[in-house]
Amino acid sequence: MRTKNEYREFLIKYGEIGIKGRNRYIFENALMEQIRFSLAPLDGEYEVTKEQGRIYVEVTSEEYDYEETLEALQRVFGIVHICPVMVVESTDWKDLEEAVGRHVAGQYPEECFTFKMEAKRGNKQYPFPSPEICAKMGEYLLNRFPGKLTVDVHHPQKRITLEVRNKGYIYSEELPGPGGMPIGTAGKAMLLLSGGIDSPVAGYMIAKRGVRLEATYFHAPPYTSDRAKKKVVDLARQVARYAGPIRLHVINFTEIQLFIYDQCPHEELTIIMRRYMMKIAEELAKRSGCLGLVTGESIGQVASQTMQSLAATNAVCSLPVYRPLIAFDKQDIVAISEQIGTYETSIQPFEDCCTIFVAKHPVTKPELSVIERSEEKLAEKIDEMVRTALATEEVIEVKGE
Amino acid sequence: MEAYLDNAATTKPLASVRQKMEETMETAYGNPSSLHKKGLEAEEYVEEARTRIAKTLRAEPGEIVFTSGGTESNNQAIFGTALAAKRRGRHLITTSIEHASVYQPMGFLEEMGYEVTYLPVDEYGHIQKEALEAAVRSDTVLVSLQYVNNEVGSMQDIAALSRLVKKANPDTLLHVDAIQAYGKLPICPKREGIDLLSVSGHKIHGPKGSGILYIKNGVRIQPLLYGGEQQKNRRSGTENVPAAAGMGQAAWELGQTLSERTERLYQLKEHFITELWKALPDCRIHALSGKRETDRKAIRQTAPHIVSVGFAGVRSEVLLHALEEREIYVSSGSACSSNHPGISGTLQAIGAEKQFWDSTIRFSFGLFTTEEELEYTVAVLAELVPVLQRYVRK
Repeated sequence: MRTKNEYREFLIKYGEIGIKGRNRYIFENALMEQIRFSLAPLDGEYEVTKEQGRIYVEVTSEEYDYEETLEALQRVFGIVHICPVMVVESTDWKDLEEAVGRHVAGQYPEECFTFKMEAKRGNKQYPFPSPEICAKMGEYLLNRFPGKLTVDVHHPQKRITLEVRNKGYIYSEELPGPGGMPIGTAGKAMLLLSGGIDSPVAGYMIAKRGVRLEATYFHAPPYTSDRAKKKVVDLARQVARYAGPIRLHVINFTEIQLFIYDQCPHEELTIIMRRYMMKIAEELAKRSGCLGLVTGESIGQVASQTMQSLAATNAVCSLPVYRPLIAFDKQDIVAISEQIGTYETSIQPFEDCCTIFVAKHPVTKPELSVIERSEEKLAEKIDEMVRTALATEEVIEVKGE
Repeated sequence: MEAYLDNAATTKPLASVRQKMEETMETAYGNPSSLHKKGLEAEEYVEEARTRIAKTLRAEPGEIVFTSGGTESNNQAIFGTALAAKRRGRHLITTSIEHASVYQPMGFLEEMGYEVTYLPVDEYGHIQKEALEAAVRSDTVLVSLQYVNNEVGSMQDIAALSRLVKKANPDTLLHVDAIQAYGKLPICPKREGIDLLSVSGHKIHGPKGSGILYIKNGVRIQPLLYGGEQQKNRRSGTENVPAAAGMGQAAWELGQTLSERTERLYQLKEHFITELWKALPDCRIHALSGKRETDRKAIRQTAPHIVSVGFAGVRSEVLLHALEEREIYVSSGSACSSNHPGISGTLQAIGAEKQFWDSTIRFSFGLFTTEEELEYTVAVLAELVPVLQRYVRK
């Protein structure tokens, strides 16, 4: 809800990108761009600036939604901490005292705690130097909140910071950001996105390292429904809240699936299908300048994800295949998907009909030479079918909500 | 060609229904309970609808209570009776092929300490008269029967069953879920001995969110909703004026031509079954005697608008989506249970072989269904079914 609020600025702290030497400005600019992008759809106006190696988000509209703003910032990769800053128009000492008091009373209505006052004097004309600001303000607070506050300059529970520039800036809380690297500072990768739990999480994790995403989804009507496709679009939208816009390639895979069913041994269907999915995704990746593929595979999770199966699917790719979940247990993947909000969508049950193409007893230790021999039976038509599937792709530009 | 054959799930509202609803929102936006003129105008729309619906049932307007739809009507009838009559008895009877909005309230009552008898049905979806007679006890407060089954289109002989119930225990009330029957078959609660009757508006080309519960004069039930004491304190809450008016319009318009429409639906059904059997002799039509030649008499013992067909070796959801690609819209089992692709309780209860439980499609007709649509559908089925039968899980 849009309201007036004294917290009119957010100080953005970033960790890893601070150590990138001469490239630092590239990372900072990317972070600022991502912050602007994340705030753009919100119902408020903001200005993002860089000053003395720090990034500030200033609220320029009269009213804005504090919670929504914070949530948007908490989705920007590269941010380690967010400090909501109370802004006081007047730097008159009495006004600053009153404001710092209001800040403490408002932020911590109940608790007693130890604190340390910190000051930064950006305005060098200000009558008191920083140590004096700290001493005077500390004393004021102790008098205003007797019994509630105690000074501890070595291990304070709260650091209350007052910055005096042309206005007064007060903050004492550090809220966690997602960490990682700003989107756009690494290359681009192609995510193989299904409607399951794992692939959206895999996409999220790779994006967190600054990688832009595109995605490929294999649609098999009438064995998968439009609802299954909508579910995948929904998942892409949820990942895009973090990763930025995602170009989703929808490939109609039915003909290829049926052809493999007709020609190849049933227990090898899944492996052979996955090999063709990888081939198609790689072709799309190369066309759009992606530097790698991303899958949600995890060793041993299902028959097609044993090390032998992974080797067999990997063999068709020349681009690197990134598998961020490779050593994750299912419950750990579920925990991340709950945290990023994809879990509820992933567990909607729309996909069961593809089980027709899953053998009751699939191979778990496929041998590459055997699989390749089976695929020879596809030779006559498969290249043409792959070309057709690529030519008839549907492209959906997915933006975060 | 588009063929909407999912009219048992819902129907397209009539143009006159849309007009009527717009009219109420434009001019009669008052609260029917308000004392001023605006309130009275709105109330008049609701009362007109009540009277129109009552006429189609040969009932009194005071016996009609507007609800939010079939689910609420069924819930209200069952809980309302059980709670009102709890001192008289705690036993209820129903069948094993009821809609979830009947069997789930029954299940909840069982958890609350009531006893429920579920009568089995034969392959035509009929309960045995002797079984019903034997089940009615001195503490039986309610028998709840479905007029037309939503999944396979079977019909119970309500009048005959009612006589049995009343003979065995005159105090036992009879509730009929007529959601799939109303508007397709002539229903007269007084003549058929029905005490409570559930009807939904959107199954008869009216708006979604509309329905009524017929409560025979003198029958007392406990309300489910409390508050403003609307509708003689039987259903609190400001009346949904557009929904009531829309449903009243649909009921009135359909009531004008009921017998012609019923006859037309039966002819469509006969034609569809004849063509289907010619094209795909191996398909199974549930709740109908298994003869190959079309048996008019057997068909007329089922509902006129529902045909439930089993296609062995084809997953119903796959066939449904394959038909969708050709602009043919159907349900697998029933639309309400389609969201959880478990197993149809009705198909099991009527003794359909296991191979059909997950391989059955429901075609259901409405006012706008044409013979051409049905012929197109049969032609598409003849093409798709043999192809889909080739791809099975091994």
